[in-house]
Amino acid sequence: MKTSKLNIVLAGNPNSGKTTLFNALTGLKQKVGNYPGITVEKKVADIDIIGHNVRIIDVPGIYSLYSKSIDEKVAQSIICDKFQDDYADVVVVVADASNLRRSIFLLTQIIDLKIPVVLALNMIDIASKKGIIIDVDQLSFELGIEVIAINARKARGLLKLKDAIIRTISNQSDNYKTTLDVNKVFGKIILEANQIRGMQNDYASFLSLCGYDMGNTIEQKVKISVLSKDNELIVDRLQAKETVRRYKNIDIIISKSTKIVEAEGKYRATEIIDKILMHPFFGYLIFLSILFLMFQAVFQWSSLPMDVIDSLFTNLSSWTASVIPQGVLNDLLVNGVLAGIGGIVIFIPQIAFLFAFIVFLEDTGYMARVSFITDRFLKQVGLNGRSVIPLLSGAACAVPAIMSARTISNWKERLITIMVTPLMSCSARLPVYTLIISLIIPVDLYYGIFNLQGLVLMLFYILGFVAAIIIAFFLKFIIKSKERSFFVMEMPSYKIPDWKTVIYTIFEKVKIFLFDAGKIIIAISIVLWFLSSYGPGEKFKQIEDKWQDKEFAQENIASEKLECSYAGLIGKVIEPAIKPLGFDWKIGISLITSFAAREVFVGTMSTIYSVGDDDIVSIRERLRRERNKETGEPFFTTAVGISLMLFYAFAMQCMTTVAIVYRETNSIKWPLLQFLYLTVLAYLSSFIAFQLLS
Amino acid sequence: MLSLSQLPVYTDAEISKINDPDLEQKLLEMGCTPGEIISVVRKAPFKGPIAIMVSSYMLSIRFSDACKIDVNTKDEN
Repeated sequence: MKTSKLNIVLAGNPNSGKTTLFNALTGLKQKVGNYPGITVEKKVADIDIIGHNVRIIDVPGIYSLYSKSIDEKVAQSIICDKFQDDYADVVVVVADASNLRRSIFLLTQIIDLKIPVVLALNMIDIASKKGIIIDVDQLSFELGIEVIAINARKARGLLKLKDAIIRTISNQSDNYKTTLDVNKVFGKIILEANQIRGMQNDYASFLSLCGYDMGNTIEQKVKISVLSKDNELIVDRLQAKETVRRYKNIDIIISKSTKIVEAEGKYRATEIIDKILMHPFFGYLIFLSILFLMFQAVFQWSSLPMDVIDSLFTNLSSWTASVIPQGVLNDLLVNGVLAGIGGIVIFIPQIAFLFAFIVFLEDTGYMARVSFITDRFLKQVGLNGRSVIPLLSGAACAVPAIMSARTISNWKERLITIMVTPLMSCSARLPVYTLIISLIIPVDLYYGIFNLQGLVLMLFYILGFVAAIIIAFFLKFIIKSKERSFFVMEMPSYKIPDWKTVIYTIFEKVKIFLFDAGKIIIAISIVLWFLSSYGPGEKFKQIEDKWQDKEFAQENIASEKLECSYAGLIGKVIEPAIKPLGFDWKIGISLITSFAAREVFVGTMSTIYSVGDDDIVSIRERLRRERNKETGEPFFTTAVGISLMLFYAFAMQCMTTVAIVYRETNSIKWPLLQFLYLTVLAYLSSFIAFQLLS
Repeated sequence: MLSLSQLPVYTDAEISKINDPDLEQKLLEMGCTPGEIISVVRKAPFKGPIAIMVSSYMLSIRFSDACKIDVNTKDEN
C-alpha cells in the first residue's frame, strides 16, 4: 500500500525537460534504483517543499497512457493504479511549450482520470521566439488546472511551481473539467464499466475496457473483458477513435490560448544544422570523424588520471603492507582486496570520459540523428537505429550499455542488441591489448604519421564492431518474433547540453560500474588470491627451503609457489585444451582468472611471471625473455600474441555482463547462449589464427 | 492522393489515412491525426528513414511505413 509521504510524480514526453526539472528540484538528494522485479530505472528523491515532506518520483518519458514497453507500463501504473506504492498524490506534467499540441495529449488523459495535476510549461521563452505565444492564464482556464511557466535549466519558476503543487494537493475538489467526454463518444458501455468498477470515473473505465490495468480487482477485470467481448469491441479502433477526438478538443483549447507569429531567425538553426549532419554523404563522414576524435580524446585525457590512480594504489598497497603485521591478513588485504579494487578504479577515467561524450551527444540531440542515418543499415542486420547508443556505450563498458538498450521497444531488436553488445571492445580489454601489442608489434611509423601499434589497436576495435554486425545478422534468422518493428522517433531540436544532466548521468554510470561490477570483481579477486596463495601438500614449504639464502629468492619463490598452487594445478589441467591456441599453463591461469573480469589478466600475468609490480614495461620485458621450453625460441611470438588478443576480443570474460544479461532478459537461456557462442567464437578464431601464423 | 513516401521534400500535405492499425495508433498519439499538415524535411539514403515535420516538431519513420500513409497535397484540395 501507499506510504504516508505525499507522492509527486513527474510525467511528460521524452525530451520535455523532465529530467532537468527533476535535477533542479532535487539536486543531490536523488536516489537511483530499480523497480522491484523489473529493470526499469527508478529515480526518487525525498525533499521538503514549503514545509511539506514529499517524495518526488521521476517516471520514464511517455507520449500517452497507452503503454506498450515495460518503461511505459511502469509510468502508466504509477499514474493510474492506486494500489501502487508510488501512486501519485499529484502529477506534474512537464511539457515543452514549443511542442504544446503533442505534450498536452498526455496531460488531458490524466485530467480526465480526475487525478490532481499541475502543468509545468517548460521553455515558454523559446516557444515565443519560435513564434508561439502562449496565454498561460487562458490555458489554465481551458484545462481547469494550474499552469506554471518554468525554465527548468535556469531553475526559473520553481517556487511558483512548488506553491501550485501544494495548492493543488490541499484544494482538492470534485470539480474536474473533462477534456473529452468518453461517455458521449462511446455511450452506455462506459456506464456499464463504471458499474463493474464501482466508481464514477468514465475515463478510467474506458482505459479498463482497452485492457489496461487500472488497479482493478481480478473479478472486475474478468467482468470487464466479458463486457468488452459481448460488445465486440476492437481495442485498436477504440483507441484510434478516442485519440482523434481528443486531438480535436486539444486543437480547440490551443487555438483559444495561443497565437502564432513570425519566428525569430536563429530558431531555424536546427534546420540548417540538420542539412549538414543528416546529409546523405557528409552526415556519415562527420559521424565517423566524431567517433575517431572521441576515442583519441578519451584515451589521451584519461591517461593522466589513470596514472595518478595507479600510483595512489601502489602507495596505498605498500603503506598497508608495512602497517599491518605480516601474515595472512596482510597478504589478503594487499594482494586480494586492494589489488581487486585498484583493478576496478583504474577504469573510471576512461568510462567517465566515454560516457561524458555519449551523454553530450545525446543531450545535444545529435544521437537521434545518428540513429536516423544508421537505421537503414542496422535494420538489415536485425537491429534498430536506437541500437547505436548501446553499441557505442559498449566501447566504455557493456554493463550500462546493455541497460540502455531498454529504449528499443521491439523485443527482438532489443534482444539482438543485448546479445552483440559485449563484442564491442570495452575499456577492460584495453590493458590486455596494450600489453600484447607492445610485445609483438614494432614501434614503426608508416608514412611518417601512422603508428603501427595504434593501427593494430584500431583494427581490434573495428574487428569487435564487424563481429557484432555479423552475429546480429545470424541472430536475425534464429530469433523468431511476430512483433512489428518501428522507427518512430522524435528528432529533438538541437540545444546546448545541460551540464548538470551530463554530470549526473556520468555519476550514475560510473556508480553502476563501480558497485555492480565491483562487487563481483572483488569477490573473484579474493577467491583468486586464495587459489594462488595456497596449494595442496607440503610443496610450499619445500620451495621456501630450496631457495633459502639464494639470489633472487623472493621472485623465484613466488613463481614456483604459484606453479604448485591450486591455481597452477588448474592451469596445468587445462593446458592440453589451450595448447592448440598457442597458450601454456601460465596463460591458462590468466584465462581462468579473467573469466570473472578481463582486466584481471595483466595483474595475474605479473604475479605469474613474478615481476613484483603491475608496471606494464617490466611485465613486457619479463615476457619478452620467456622461452619456449621445447624449441628455446622466444615464447611470445606474433602468432601467440594475435591468438591471445583474438581470444580476449571475443570471449565472454565478464561475470557482471552475464548477470546483467540475465536480469535484462529475465531468462537463463540468453546469457547462457551468449556465453556459449562467444566462447566458441573465441576458441575457433584463436585456433585458426595460431595455426595459420605459426 | 499520394503516399507519404512519394511526397517531394518541403511540400506541405494533409494526412488523409494511415493504412496500418499498429502504426496508426503510434502516430496518432504523437499528433499525426487526419487533417494535420505534414511535410518531408529529410530523407536518409537507400530508402532509409524519412524525417517529417508535424505540429512543429520533427519525427522519423521508416520508408516502408511512410508508404502506408496517404496524404493529400494542397493542389488536390
